[in-house]
Parts: sequence; structure tokens; C-alpha cells
Amino acid sequence: MTTTLPRAARPRRFAVLRHSGILARRSLAKSARNPGPIVNGVITPALFMVLFLYLFGRPVAGSTAEYLRYLFPGILVMGAGLAGMISTGAAINLDLKNGVTDRFRSLPISRTAPLLGSVLADILRYAIAVAVLFVLGVLLGFRPQGGALAAVGAAGLAVLFGFCLSWVTVYLGVLVKSAEAVLAFGFLAFLPLQLGSSLAAPTDTLPGWLRAWADVNPVTHVMDACRALLNGTPDGGSTGLALLWSGLLFAVFCPLAVRAYGRQE
Amino acid sequence: MTDHGLEVDALSRSFGRTAALDGVSLSVARGRVLGLLGPNGAGKTTLVRVLATLLRPDAGTARVAGLDVRRDRAEVRRRIALSGQHTSVDDELSGRSNLVMIGGLLDLGRHGAARRAGELLSRFGLEEAADRPAATYSGGMRRRLDLAAALVGEPEVIFLDEPSVGLDPARRDELWQTIRKLTRDGVTVLLTTQYLEEADALADEIAVLDHGRVIASGTPADLKHRVGGHTVVLRPADTGDLDRAAAILARVTGREPDRTRRHELVAPVTGDTAFFEIAALLREHGVAVGEFAFRLPSLDEVFLSLTGAPTRDAEEAA
Repeated sequence: MTTTLPRAARPRRFAVLRHSGILARRSLAKSARNPGPIVNGVITPALFMVLFLYLFGRPVAGSTAEYLRYLFPGILVMGAGLAGMISTGAAINLDLKNGVTDRFRSLPISRTAPLLGSVLADILRYAIAVAVLFVLGVLLGFRPQGGALAAVGAAGLAVLFGFCLSWVTVYLGVLVKSAEAVLAFGFLAFLPLQLGSSLAAPTDTLPGWLRAWADVNPVTHVMDACRALLNGTPDGGSTGLALLWSGLLFAVFCPLAVRAYGRQE
Repeated sequence: MTDHGLEVDALSRSFGRTAALDGVSLSVARGRVLGLLGPNGAGKTTLVRVLATLLRPDAGTARVAGLDVRRDRAEVRRRIALSGQHTSVDDELSGRSNLVMIGGLLDLGRHGAARRAGELLSRFGLEEAADRPAATYSGGMRRRLDLAAALVGEPEVIFLDEPSVGLDPARRDELWQTIRKLTRDGVTVLLTTQYLEEADALADEIAVLDHGRVIASGTPADLKHRVGGHTVVLRPADTGDLDRAAAILARVTGREPDRTRRHELVAPVTGDTAFFEIAALLREHGVAVGEFAFRLPSLDEVFLSLTGAPTRDAEEAA
């Protein structure tokens, strides 16, 4: 007996990308109705920027204008990193819990598509966070010195790093039991990663124990690289290190997350 | 190509030391409804997840629409749909967006997905609410949307995991009608349920699962026969006649009938002659009858005698 029931069309080319795009739109539509995480990803760095600027500007750099040149690039990186650290893993975890993932996994689509879709949507979210912060920085008096291309490069580097870092929380989101645990991890990691860096002051001014950590913290390298790009100063090798770290995080945690997601049973 | 919608042979799957499925074998013809019954933890959901390619079996084989769930995973996924215990629609998206998204993932194309979504929305009576976020839907509407989402790809086999949990009786009847319509289109349905009433109403065949094994299977009537004899249920029109009626039942059946709180008398009988004898005696003694029935055991009773555990329905009623 041959049946020719109508059914979904045969797979076409670039299916993974197209499906990821559809799922990214889903994630963005959900964000539009529930913008909390994005707002949080902008407000937290913005608050730190204003706070640090007026608290430490004069004592550290002599003037707030001078300090903004130092502080702002780091804030940009924090904005991109925070959006991914908090929202991506939690959203994926929630999908796993409430059965949405089962539906996706019973569809003839690549198992990478839901993860990639979520992360693609995040890239747009980081870009928005970075853009809003940039406007805020310019309003406060920041002027990029390295030219437009370097400014775009700095923003791109911040977004790239946020993207690579988010795979860590994606992996966690697949592994752990609850979305709250993913959020808790995000907040716990926030302090050492984002603040234990060259954000507020060059690492050679920090006390020894903190300096030891800040010097190896990948966030420091990304902040230093963005600072060099935005201020037109020499990067001291930080751009290479930032790219290396980004690649490393991605190369380790993306396959881990995809494998754990595929195995999730 | 086989005529089987589902063929499962000696399927096993363990989690740690617990055998969730312990050599399950069953089959369902195309276009029929198999009701999978069993208490919590019997292995129903595990079986559905294996058949839906969400879980790999440890041993045994399973074919869905003629395709092996291990070797032809991608092809199986083109032919199945899953509607789970928890409705898996996106609250933030409208009903229409939910369906269009699934259509997109199934490569129906932009227009194809929109058209299919429109068809399903009207079929499930969701046209008016189509563009509202699903968060505003009632429980019954969400369940219908979830089922619609399962049907976007015109599947050959549908897995419904406890579809009517949390629905009120009217919504549940609506859902049952929808499921019956599906089978008319040749769709094979595997329905897991704890409600015997649901299996009785929908399933062509029933498999009873307990501790990961099929402990009984057959048509609902088969199963009722297997557990044995008929029962006579009698409720006199006047409760004052209860004792006289009980005496008549005792005389014919040779044992004192059970009395229910609803003033019914229940007695097991071996054949329908007893039924007619009782009727004649009632008439002779002028006992007016309120209700008088000759029936097979209910599936609840079947279940109890097969598994030794009462169903959720029976527990709730107790």
C-alpha cells in the first residue's frame, strides 16, 4: 500500500540557518512583549557608568570628562556581556521545562536550530544594548577618537564577546534544573567577571590579589581592546587576546551546549 | 510499506536501575486509536517519547508509519506530531503566530504556513482570538491551539499525552470530537490517559501498561470480557422497595447484592437468563423499577483487577 499523504515539504538548502532565523524571530517577539531582560541589560551598565563617573571621575582621572574616556569602553563591554549572561540560558531552560523544546525536537529540524536561534536573537539584543549605551555615552560627553570604523569595530568586538560568553549560560541552561539557578549563576558571575576587571581603573592600580585575577580575566582584555579602539591608543596586544578568548569560549561551550541539548532526555 | 501505524517489539528503556519500559510490544493499524492506559509511572510517557524520537530505546525495535525510530529519525519526525501533557504554545505570541512559526519550521513557505494556520484556526474555532496573545486564551482554547500546532504538518501519527488533563467536561467532549475527526482522515493516534472513560470513548484498542510492561491489550469490549461476568444493577423506583428487591436478586443470583449510596443494588450474574428471571419476579411482586441495567464491568473495574491499583477516577470518587 502506498499512501501519499500531504506533508511537510522536503528539506531545502540552508535549512539550519532559516530555521534558526524563524526561532530567533520567535525569541525577539517574546522579548518585545517581555522586555525586562533587555532593559536590565541596558540599565545596569548605565547605572554603573553614571555612578562610577561621578564618584571616581575626579579622584581617579582628575576630571569626569577624562575619566569617561577610560570608563565608557568598559561599560559597553559590560552591556553586551550582561544581556547574554542573564537572559539566554534562562530562556532556553524555560523552554526545556514547559515542553516547547519537546515540540521543536519532534519536528524535522536540526537540533542546533533552537539554540542558534536563541543566540542569534541575543546578538540583536546585545547590539541594541550597545547602541543605547553608545548614545548615552555620547550624551555624557564621550567622543570616539579612533574614527568611525574603529568605533564600529569596538561595538562589534563587544557584541562578539557577548555572543561567545552567552554559550556558557546556554550550556548551563541545558544542564541545570531551574531557570532561577541560571539567573543566580549570572548574578554571581557578574561581580568577578565584570567588576573584577579593568572596568573602573587600570589593573596595575589594583591591589595584588585583585590584579592577579583581573589580569587573567578575559573581560579585561576585551575592555582594554575596546578602549584602545575607541580612544585611538595602542592596544598592547589586547585585541588579539580578546579575539582569542572569544574564540576559545565559543569553541568549548558551543559544542558542549549543542551536545547536551541533543542528549537532553 | 506496512499497514501498521505503529509497531513496537520488545522495547526497553531504563533510567539508572529503573526499567521504565521492560519489553513492550504492541501494534496499531493505520487510522486507528490506541489508548495507552496505566497509572503514573507505568511508562506511558517514556513510550511516547521513544516513539516520538525524543528518547533512544535501550533495546527492541519500534516503527512509526513503517519507519524505524532509531535509524530513520528525521523521516519519522516528518510524519509525527506531539501534543503533550503541558501545552507547549508560546504565551507571548498570538495563536496565529504560533501556528505560522511551526509552518515555517516545517518548510511550508511563508504563504503555505499562513494558509495552513488560517485553516487550522477556523477548524478549531479560534478565528476570533487568532491575533490575541495565547496568554489571554482559556484552558480549552490553549489545548485546541496546541492540538492545531501538532496538526500543522499533516502528520500520519499523532501522540496525545494525557490530552484532557485539566479540561472541564464540555471542553473535553469538544476535544474528543476533534480527535475522532482526525482518525477519519486516516491519522493513527496514540493516546495516553489515566481516564478510563476517555480510553473507552476514543480508543479502538487499549493496551494497559504497568511497571513498564503491557499487562493486557485488546478492544475495550475484550478487556471487559476478560475480567469476567456481567452485573445487574437495579434501583427500585421507591426506596421502600429496596429490601424486597434485594430479596429477589438474592434468590436468583444466590448471594446478597451490594448496596450503593445511590440506593442501587448490584449483583454479579453469569448469563442473561438471570436478568430475565429477575425482571419477571419484579413484575410478579409489583416492584416498580427506577433503573434496571445489565452491564459489562466498567473499565475502572477492569483496571483494578488487572493492576491491583485503583485509577485516579476511582480514587477521586472514593
